[in-house]
Amino acid sequence: MANRIPRVPVREQDPKVRATNFEEVCYGYSREEAMLEASRCLHCKNPRCVGACPVNIQIPDFIERIAQGDIPGAAEVIARDSSLPAVCGRVCPQETQCEGSCILGVKGEAVAIGKLERFVGDEIADRSLGEQRPEVAGGRYGGGAPIKDANGAAVTGVEPPSKANGAAVTGVEPPSDANGAAVTATRVAIIGSGPAGLACASDLAKMGYDVTIFEALHKAGGVLEYGIPEFRLPKDKVLKPAIESVKALGVKIETNVIVGRTVTIDQLMDDEGFKAVFIGTGAGLPKFMGIPGENYNGVFSANEFLTRNNLMKAYRSDYMTPIHAGRKVCVVGGGNVAMDAARTALRLGAEVHIVYRRTETELPARREEVHHAKEEGIIFDLLTNPVEVLPDDKGWVRALKCVRMELGEPDESGRRSPVAIPGSEFEIDADTVIMALGTSPNPLIAKTTAGLETTRRGCLSAGPDGATTRPGIFAGGDAVTGAATVILAMGAGRAAAKAIDEYLKNS
Amino acid sequence: MYTILSKEMLTPNICRMKVRAPRLASSAKPGQFLIVRADEKGERIPLTISDYDAAQGSVTIVTQQIGASSADIISFEEGEAFADVVGPLGLPSEFLTKSAEELSAQHYVFIAGGLGTAPVYPQVKWLHEHGAKVDVIIGARTKDLLIYTEELGAVCDNLHICTDDGSCGFHGVGTAKLEALVAAGEKFTQAVAIGPMIMMKFATLTCKKLGIPIVVSLNTLMVDGTGMCGACRVTVGGKTRFACVEGPEFDGYEVDFDEAMRRQGQYKAEELEEKEHHVCRIGRGK
Ligand SMILES: Cc1cc2nc3c(=O)[nH]c(=O)nc-3n(C[C@H](O)[C@H](O)[C@H](O)COP(=O)(O)OP(=O)(O)OC[C@H]3O[C@@H](n4cnc5c(N)ncnc54)[C@H](O)[C@@H]3O)c2cc1C
Ligand code: SF4
Ligand code: FES
Repeated sequence: MANRIPRVPVREQDPKVRATNFEEVCYGYSREEAMLEASRCLHCKNPRCVGACPVNIQIPDFIERIAQGDIPGAAEVIARDSSLPAVCGRVCPQETQCEGSCILGVKGEAVAIGKLERFVGDEIADRSLGEQRPEVAGGRYGGGAPIKDANGAAVTGVEPPSKANGAAVTGVEPPSDANGAAVTATRVAIIGSGPAGLACASDLAKMGYDVTIFEALHKAGGVLEYGIPEFRLPKDKVLKPAIESVKALGVKIETNVIVGRTVTIDQLMDDEGFKAVFIGTGAGLPKFMGIPGENYNGVFSANEFLTRNNLMKAYRSDYMTPIHAGRKVCVVGGGNVAMDAARTALRLGAEVHIVYRRTETELPARREEVHHAKEEGIIFDLLTNPVEVLPDDKGWVRALKCVRMELGEPDESGRRSPVAIPGSEFEIDADTVIMALGTSPNPLIAKTTAGLETTRRGCLSAGPDGATTRPGIFAGGDAVTGAATVILAMGAGRAAAKAIDEYLKNS
Repeated sequence: MYTILSKEMLTPNICRMKVRAPRLASSAKPGQFLIVRADEKGERIPLTISDYDAAQGSVTIVTQQIGASSADIISFEEGEAFADVVGPLGLPSEFLTKSAEELSAQHYVFIAGGLGTAPVYPQVKWLHEHGAKVDVIIGARTKDLLIYTEELGAVCDNLHICTDDGSCGFHGVGTAKLEALVAAGEKFTQAVAIGPMIMMKFATLTCKKLGIPIVVSLNTLMVDGTGMCGACRVTVGGKTRFACVEGPEFDGYEVDFDEAMRRQGQYKAEELEEKEHHVCRIGRGK
């Protein structure tokens, strides 16, 4: 019986070695390992994993193709629902999604769905770098499959977008060129180049639209570029090919454009001829605790710390941006951002403590990251909450004053809130404090675009298909949900692409 | 391509460049800044916009060689291009919202120190064009370090030059000149100080004493300039504000300058180290 094989372990860099470098921790499966792991899947009639996947990837189908050695086939199955397998295979919280529901996990170990997805993503990216690129790119992005579903009347049916693009007919707008030579495609603007924007852009490009992504930073990728570190998501190996393949579809990416400052949405629509806009600007604003002493030197937001390290490559001595990791670092928070900041500081040579007010069970980070962090020597100070940052005589952090917490009675939602134990204050010596308390959407676009409503939490109001309160403007990803996940952002981008297509055909 | 259209040295280490950035040029307003990343390995350096020309699609920046990164910017020649230029960032100066009537009732005094003289220019020009009365006090250590005297002279009502060593104009610092002007009967309704943090602190103290409201433009550390990192946090009126999105201009009376100065030095140690690494790149033969 296939399920008697134990879960195939994945090879990783030795914790002692990787604690001193920024190379990827996990090596991923070889072809043999992947095929063996794939053979464990029971191909359930009613696969629970599929229901637990936010975009309902047909998991048993793609696993079956791997088992048969048909990797392009597996990629095609995934591409119907996800355009970023190499990324999501690495960063999705599988333990609460697909793998958390896998039937094999009830008595033993779930199928390593994430590692298999990553394997497929990497294999396909490797191949697409070779000669047979166009054909594979089609397979990777599912060709016409997802587009066909878009409102029956297949847009691309008229004339599939040519590689050269620009000349593609969408059927939405008649050829408008005076001399009748060139046919212009309808222009759609995408704001933000994170997973939501990239996914929306590539689907729209495949439908034949003329798509431009506007990105505020100097590099595309959103959190995948500036937030998630190299040791978890290698930029050149994984992110770059993903972005290149979006460009290969004809999508233009204009960096250094802050929509709301450099140009407004109204200018894009009125002056530059964009007929629809998708806002995928993420949730980039850092939160601080509001405790005394947060502005002393040596207190940073995780966003600053990670942006310096990842986007600006401060960890490399040949890049000019400085970063301050100090000798002893307290990272406040328990999510992926906290783990990333902690493990980055560790790699820069510091002793690192995670300070988190609940227990290990509640840590919102991916389980694999917590496991890796522990292996690398990160110290977890749990049920601990900072109350004040204490300075030395020069205004630099000297210590983090904390209280011990205990979990109180469950509230109506069943969640046990941590409460401070009176009189339990104590100090943790530290010269650096990194706040990783979550982020919220940037209000800039909502403030500079009339008619765009936001929720009380500062997120853009949008329906499930991404339609905002202003016709022609759609939104998705963290900008709508608040800080969430890559897979949800990607799914929202794709849903919005469909909705934008329908909107443009009916307007 | 952010091509450098022209380059000139205003002093031996202060450089003025006109850079092609059409989108930025057409949306820039007085008081705003931009960020330059000279090349792939460079830092993101915030610089106040010293002028902008929407028709030509250019912005003017003025840089002083202080560290490795500014040296890197200055090492670029006409015809070469920066990797990135992004903006405009921050809020435009508050006076842009004032009516012509309000402006005509105002007598502004700008106190500019060193490199801060350049960004004063678009503000003074705008106010001058909109009918406000403007005095400008420029301070520098010595005569050779004065910049923008001609440009400012052309757009303000009274230009006052001060040097620490008395080699040109008033012998003393800008704040002393301000006190002298007020003592002589000038009635300024609003002061604006742009320059080194320490100078803005003292300008604020002087204005408090003289009862003149003052706006300062804070040149904090920055990374993204869009509100994403919090490197630019300052305490204003007892509250933490992000200078890049809520500033860079704030009511001087409310700013915690000591904290701001301390925070500015946060990467001193790392920068020293960087300098050692990068000396080699400063004179790179491009
Ligand atoms: C450190 C860190 C680790 C994470 N780890 C994980 C993980 O392991 N697994 C997981 O699933 N999720 C993780 N997340 C969350 C995940 O990255 C996000 O949910 C996801 O990236 C959201 O995608 P998005 O496209 O909505 O926005 P983003 O990825 O945030 O991209 C938004 C883009 O829009 C740009 N932008 C913003 N405003 C403007 C403007 N006005 N004009 C132009 N451009 C603009 C931004 O610069 C950015 O590039 C992590 C997040 C962080 C910060
Ligand atoms: S639940 Fe597990 S065993 Fe069943 S189909 Fe999904 S991956 Fe395979
Ligand atoms: S510079 Fe990053 S938030 Fe202001």
